[in-house]
Amino acid sequence: MASENLNAAEQAEVEQPAAAESAAPRKRDLALVSRSTYMKEKALQYLFFACAFLAVVTVVLIFAFTMMQAAPVFTDIGLANFFSLTWAPTEGHYGILSLAAGTALVTVGALVLGVPLGVGTAVYLTEIASARVRALISPAVDLLAGIPSIIYGFFGMVIIRPFVAEITGGLGFGALTAWFVLAIMIVPTITTLTIDALNSIPMGIREASFAMGATKWQTIYKVVLPAAKFGIVDAVVLGMGRAIGETMAVLMVVGNAPVIPESISSPVSTLTSQIALDMSYSSGLHRTALFGMGVVLFIVSASLVGVVRLLSKMRKKG
Amino acid sequence: MTENTHNSSAENIISAQRIKRALANGKSERISKNTSNAIMLGVFRVAAAITTLVLIAIIAYVVINGLPHISLDFIFGWPEGVNAEGGIWPTIVSTVYVTALAMLICTPIAVLAAVYLAEYAKQGRLVNIIRYAADTLASVPSIVMGLFGYALFVEAMGLGLSMFSAAMALALLMLPIIMRTTEEAIRAVPRYIRWGAYGLGATKWQVVSRIVLPSAFGRIATGIVLGIGRAIGETAVVLYTMGQAINMPISPLDSGRPMTVHLYLLANDGINMNAAYGTALLLMAIILAFNLFARWLSRKSK
Repeated sequence: MASENLNAAEQAEVEQPAAAESAAPRKRDLALVSRSTYMKEKALQYLFFACAFLAVVTVVLIFAFTMMQAAPVFTDIGLANFFSLTWAPTEGHYGILSLAAGTALVTVGALVLGVPLGVGTAVYLTEIASARVRALISPAVDLLAGIPSIIYGFFGMVIIRPFVAEITGGLGFGALTAWFVLAIMIVPTITTLTIDALNSIPMGIREASFAMGATKWQTIYKVVLPAAKFGIVDAVVLGMGRAIGETMAVLMVVGNAPVIPESISSPVSTLTSQIALDMSYSSGLHRTALFGMGVVLFIVSASLVGVVRLLSKMRKKG
Repeated sequence: MTENTHNSSAENIISAQRIKRALANGKSERISKNTSNAIMLGVFRVAAAITTLVLIAIIAYVVINGLPHISLDFIFGWPEGVNAEGGIWPTIVSTVYVTALAMLICTPIAVLAAVYLAEYAKQGRLVNIIRYAADTLASVPSIVMGLFGYALFVEAMGLGLSMFSAAMALALLMLPIIMRTTEEAIRAVPRYIRWGAYGLGATKWQVVSRIVLPSAFGRIATGIVLGIGRAIGETAVVLYTMGQAINMPISPLDSGRPMTVHLYLLANDGINMNAAYGTALLLMAIILAFNLFARWLSRKSK
């Protein structure tokens, strides 16, 4: 989503340097108007800037405020304790590594299932499907993106969990169930972003490939996908961000046991689900540890955005 | 062949073998080329089919299980017992209330911010920072937004678990969505329309307010509707900013329980799954309606 914004905005910048162009004559225009109009125009401009800058203020505020609440993590809990394996707040152990391991396990599995499905769907929709089929399936993918996470969690709990329980012989709460649920959730993100990437490839290189006698698959595999690789990596990174940050759907199916997972079908806990679960009753150091986990999640998601921005810069350079 | 008859017999055999081999190779290559093509296109078809089927399965499952429990009493009734029986009316009101409030807070700021980025800003470090911030805001995990909302609005600002706290947190969530779609909408307005207005002596604000925003209105509305859909379905943000007690909100400082949290608690307790199905169906229907409305709006404005 974020890169969609980025790309569209940056493309637009390339196409129409409206801001730069209209900025030059504006000063002259304003010299001709009355002083009160000039003041009004200037005031409005600063107001708009303030609104835009609010995004920056908010991000700084989120980081600073969460960090402030998490300050005792450094002073009272200690980083050694915070980055250890045992999560047992009642006994003074605030190690988040087993939760981070849960997040990693759940995210990797979701990507393994979700990326081929998402990219495959995108390739089908842009390269293979007829216009009529595309008109049917594209809105479906959009709608899939709009369904709230709580519904996915609910669906996973009542449908996928019993199914997994039957196969693995447990209760069905665990990473495996979360994989399926999260995979379904990240497919629309990955699909729509990959479609954007594929659509931005000029038709000419496909035609050149066909003219050389390549089949559709050879064209997709040798020409289209390599040309779109930055866009696809971009889509995968954002899908990953979504999987790491997902809370409710994961909370409902992972079983919430803050331990290093024994198997993919045994209950685990993730950073997000543990925060959501513990916030309702925690206090004191326990609560500050939750805010510490929030800071970790914030830093991870902000870095992923940074990676995406870097990728799109590289893509623009070629 | 005529050439071959002129050559000596030994060369003849060798070249014939070579041609045969080449032909065989070519043949096997062509078969594998077309076969691999057919197989791989099949794989892509399967991927798309799975995605579509999953969507149909989710919608169908919720509709089939939820529809029998939807009634006027369920929609407009008050919860009974341990809040698992009876209706869900207060949760619907809470959801609508908080979403409307969030939209009122967010839309003016987001639209004006987009106006700045699309019409006023000069490209540079500052605009880059603003874009990075907006992207980061869009990808902050919802539970972190909930934590922040709790720490700032509920505790530090003393607003308590209330519609207003939740609406502020949701507004932050909607901000990048509406900002992005509005900026795209403004950039899609052709430049010559602006030139016409400038040529008549209009100031920048006059051009923006009388020409650009009205022509971009359809697409801006699409973004707002999408943002609303996102806010209605949000759970983790409102879980610790609005509260979980069943309440009919009247003032913005009242607490309440939105539909999403209600669904979570119903599903988690498992006391009355029928009510959970009914709530899930209503929630999904509302959100799908908003998304379809957004699609219709964007098609109409094109």
